[in-house]
Amino acid sequence: MSISREDIEKVAVLARIRVDEAQISALESDLGNILNLVDELSAADTADIEPLSHPLDAVQRLRADEVTESNQREAFQAIAPATEDGLYLVPRVIE
Amino acid sequence: MHNKSVAELSRDLESGKISSVELTREFLDRVKAEDQQYNSFITVTEDQAMADAKAADEQRAAGNATAWTGVPFAHKDLFCTKGVATTAGSKMLADFVPPYDATVTANFRDAGAVSLGKTNMDEFAMGSSNETSFFGAVTNPWGLSSGDKRVPGGSSGGSAAAIAARLVPAATATDTGGSIRLPAAFCGITGLKPTYGRVSRYGIIAFASSLDQGGTMARTAEDNALMLNVMAGFDPKDSTSVDRAVPDYTATLNEPLKGLRVGLPKEYFSDQLSPAMEQQVRNAVKEYEKLGATVKEVSLPHAKLAIAAYYVIAPAEASANLSRFDGVRYGYRCENPQDLHDLYTRTRGEGFGDEVKRRILVGTYALSAGYFDAYYLKAQKVRRLIQQDFINAFKEVDVLMSPVSPSPAFVQGANTSDPVTMYLEDIFTIAVNLAGVPAMSVPAGFVDGLPVGLQIIGNYFDEARLLNAAHQFQQVTDWHQKLPQ
Amino acid sequence: MQWDIVIGLEIHVQLATKTKIFSGSSTAFGAEPNTQASAVDLAMPGTLPVPNEQAFRYAVMFGLAVNAEIGRRSVFDRKNYFYPDLPKGYQTTQLDHPIVGPGFVDIDLADGSTKRVRIHHAHLEEDAGKSLHEDFHGMTGIDLNRAGTPLIEVVTEPDMNSAEEAVAFAKKLHGLVSSLGICDGDMSQGSLRFDVNISLKPKGSDELGTRTETKNLNSFRFMEQAIAHEVERQMDILEDGGRIIQETRLYNGERDESRSMRSKEEANDYRYFPCPDLLPVVIDDEFIQSARDLLPELPDERKARFKEQYGLNDYDARLLSDDASMAAFFEETASHGKDAKLAANWVLGELSARLNAEDKTVAQAPITGTQLGQLVARIADNTVSSSGAKKVFEALWNGDGDNADAVIEAQGLKQVSDTGALEAMVDEVLAGMPDQVAQYQGEEDPKKRKKMLGGFMGPLMKASKGQGNPKLFNEILARKLGG
Repeated sequence: MSISREDIEKVAVLARIRVDEAQISALESDLGNILNLVDELSAADTADIEPLSHPLDAVQRLRADEVTESNQREAFQAIAPATEDGLYLVPRVIE
Repeated sequence: MHNKSVAELSRDLESGKISSVELTREFLDRVKAEDQQYNSFITVTEDQAMADAKAADEQRAAGNATAWTGVPFAHKDLFCTKGVATTAGSKMLADFVPPYDATVTANFRDAGAVSLGKTNMDEFAMGSSNETSFFGAVTNPWGLSSGDKRVPGGSSGGSAAAIAARLVPAATATDTGGSIRLPAAFCGITGLKPTYGRVSRYGIIAFASSLDQGGTMARTAEDNALMLNVMAGFDPKDSTSVDRAVPDYTATLNEPLKGLRVGLPKEYFSDQLSPAMEQQVRNAVKEYEKLGATVKEVSLPHAKLAIAAYYVIAPAEASANLSRFDGVRYGYRCENPQDLHDLYTRTRGEGFGDEVKRRILVGTYALSAGYFDAYYLKAQKVRRLIQQDFINAFKEVDVLMSPVSPSPAFVQGANTSDPVTMYLEDIFTIAVNLAGVPAMSVPAGFVDGLPVGLQIIGNYFDEARLLNAAHQFQQVTDWHQKLPQ
Repeated sequence: MQWDIVIGLEIHVQLATKTKIFSGSSTAFGAEPNTQASAVDLAMPGTLPVPNEQAFRYAVMFGLAVNAEIGRRSVFDRKNYFYPDLPKGYQTTQLDHPIVGPGFVDIDLADGSTKRVRIHHAHLEEDAGKSLHEDFHGMTGIDLNRAGTPLIEVVTEPDMNSAEEAVAFAKKLHGLVSSLGICDGDMSQGSLRFDVNISLKPKGSDELGTRTETKNLNSFRFMEQAIAHEVERQMDILEDGGRIIQETRLYNGERDESRSMRSKEEANDYRYFPCPDLLPVVIDDEFIQSARDLLPELPDERKARFKEQYGLNDYDARLLSDDASMAAFFEETASHGKDAKLAANWVLGELSARLNAEDKTVAQAPITGTQLGQLVARIADNTVSSSGAKKVFEALWNGDGDNADAVIEAQGLKQVSDTGALEAMVDEVLAGMPDQVAQYQGEEDPKKRKKMLGGFMGPLMKASKGQGNPKLFNEILARKLGG
């Protein structure tokens, strides 16, 4: 199956990845080849087969509601690109 | 000293034949002298390693030593190490110094092992050749005499090359679709991908959460067992880790193999496999027969669909797992973002390499409206069929044996023009991850002077049997002892 | 044209757990920015979620309280979108297998009727952080303390047909989660947030119209206004022959206006898929029973009990039982007040009016149920008149005096109930008003007589310096003047 330029542009926006014109051309062929590969799936007979999300048939363990974390803001913000007054800074968000 | 195994070094440390300071110095000197030609390390933590070695010697003198106290090793740069850069082989995390340890990292620290640093890898573990690393490709120590630089396999190529080049005796690694077994095979060392859930994923930077598993790499099966003793176990911080007793994996290494039922999946001896490779693998199987194993052909009828299912599931999970790299809280951030959208798209456009971007885009596409059922849901159903194949096979046999790869290590650049050609390198390894069963790569001969790996696949939580089978093989063969020229 | 209004609600309820849904960080309100954001909450590389048992217990308690099926096997999904207050780039939520399945809530309407509102489902999910738009050199500041706070999102069927019904449901739900103790109910801090889906259809039509969603209403008053506003907006468009666009709108309560948030909605494709870091949560009978054991009395049960135990009418019983703290206040008042109906009148009358006037919740009242109960007891035993009682209430509200008896004493509000003394006063007053007495006695119409009787009360109260028991005065007057 092939993938159109429009589709590539659309998923690039969804994934928040900037792609320029030259990259789109390369992606058209690369992603097209990958999708051809995965299209083999359509041949499989999966009638009445339950999807498998996890290799082990295990169930979730739940944690007791106890505070185990302490304030580590200084350590965490030491590696942040931009902070002020304990806040992470981003370009102005318009609601 | 640098040709000795972890088990031997541990005994020498215990007997006082050598100190950890001396040993660590020797390996660090080797890294400094030789790693320019392999590029197997991203970060070498010389000062920290020497300090840890000194502390280890003191620990041993105080009588509090474990098998690992003072033994040098290295971590794949996907394991978070507190205070030491952890890059995942990406520009996105080139300067990322985590303020916390992965559970596996902490386990080795507690055992007294001495980390020399962080090994190179494909970016975010996405690759089969270690050519997608932001820090440059890794060169396989094997095959250099021919004048060609060959790939070490990926994504744990740095760990495998460093061990093959005797820069470290052991290193951690991860395997999502073959990332331990392929580099172990290409570099002529021994590697183990445990059962999904056996080793905590906490602090291992995620690629595909339902497939990722931390594992071991060393020259011998015994050393892999020593590593797994430290790594395996339940972790309350990882919801998918399994609360199940951990055996001493070294305790059963010497069990006789008489009566071991070996299955050869016919789909893994197909025409994609080069005849020379097949010959080496069949020779290895003959050794097992000599050791008392019985051999029969079995079938994994859905194996051929594994690559297709994997290249939907892994990118889909990755597309969400890598959304956190947004330039807000840590990691790379583009210069002068004009607005929020610009911050996101340029940070991610500039911070991720081509293969990572391809997989994020494929995964995003497979999950998007209108395609979810045809791709993601279908792949999950095929995944169950593949798992069922293994469950059925293990009703008849104890272990499965096959080649790890269709051909030996290839020349750098040979497979980079089309991503799909590269993906097919994992054709024999990927189904194992989809099913979640454990598997090893064991050195089993050479083709054109390049190592060949025998894949041994086990039933869920049967790591001890795999290690036993590999160890017994290594008692009667010396492929794992061969040195690159 | 006549229109039917169709309303469905989505309510985000912050659960009152000590820690977050997937990490051991505190959820306490009001901490310094990002001091309650752990490595997991910040989505640091390699970190993983582990779910909080208490969040599930609270969700199951909610499910039991709304008569719902409990999801025996619930699954977390990832909802993918980028926003700076969402550290992972996806929200962990439940799409196809929520913890709470279909249920219902009955609401009481002003006309005395009851209406059933169906709950479609309620699911567990994590809250996002907060964006602070104050000027940081033209940047926005992000505080992730709230990120990962457990929420249940309650989704109703479109069963409400007026703002009154929607507000009645919202209040009922607020009372319910507060009574359960699973939410602190503090709407001003965003502990409950309402999204309202509204559409119109021609009266009697079976086909639903296009709906809009008005987001994040955090008071009942704004909700009522926002619905009225949106209904009017849609009606104007439809009657002009226009079409409603399916969109999310933001309502500004201060200005009573709304605007489209289309920019944010554009190109949304959330790409839900099961979260591979989490396993299915299996809820067994034992867990459900343990949640059931924790259920307090629920508003509907309490209402029935109030009617039975205190002899209240349906209307008063409902007003007093919907909200747990109001109910507790009433019961405390009644237990000290000797007369439950009188206690109810005071709680619903003087107290509620005062709370409304000062925009306070019952928890913020400066007077306790015990204090009010003691006052009610003094009204019941005729120690103080109802007008005197209002003065006592005023004093207690303002903190002038610890209890009713002290205030009555200090302000000399004790009413005279000594029949002998009161009779003497009546004799004296009647003696001074012979014309009025004659007029009264000549009147045949009982209504007019009753009115004329009031004419003697002023002088009597004056004679008793306001402390005569008016009830006794009336009795004595009637007797003396010849019934």
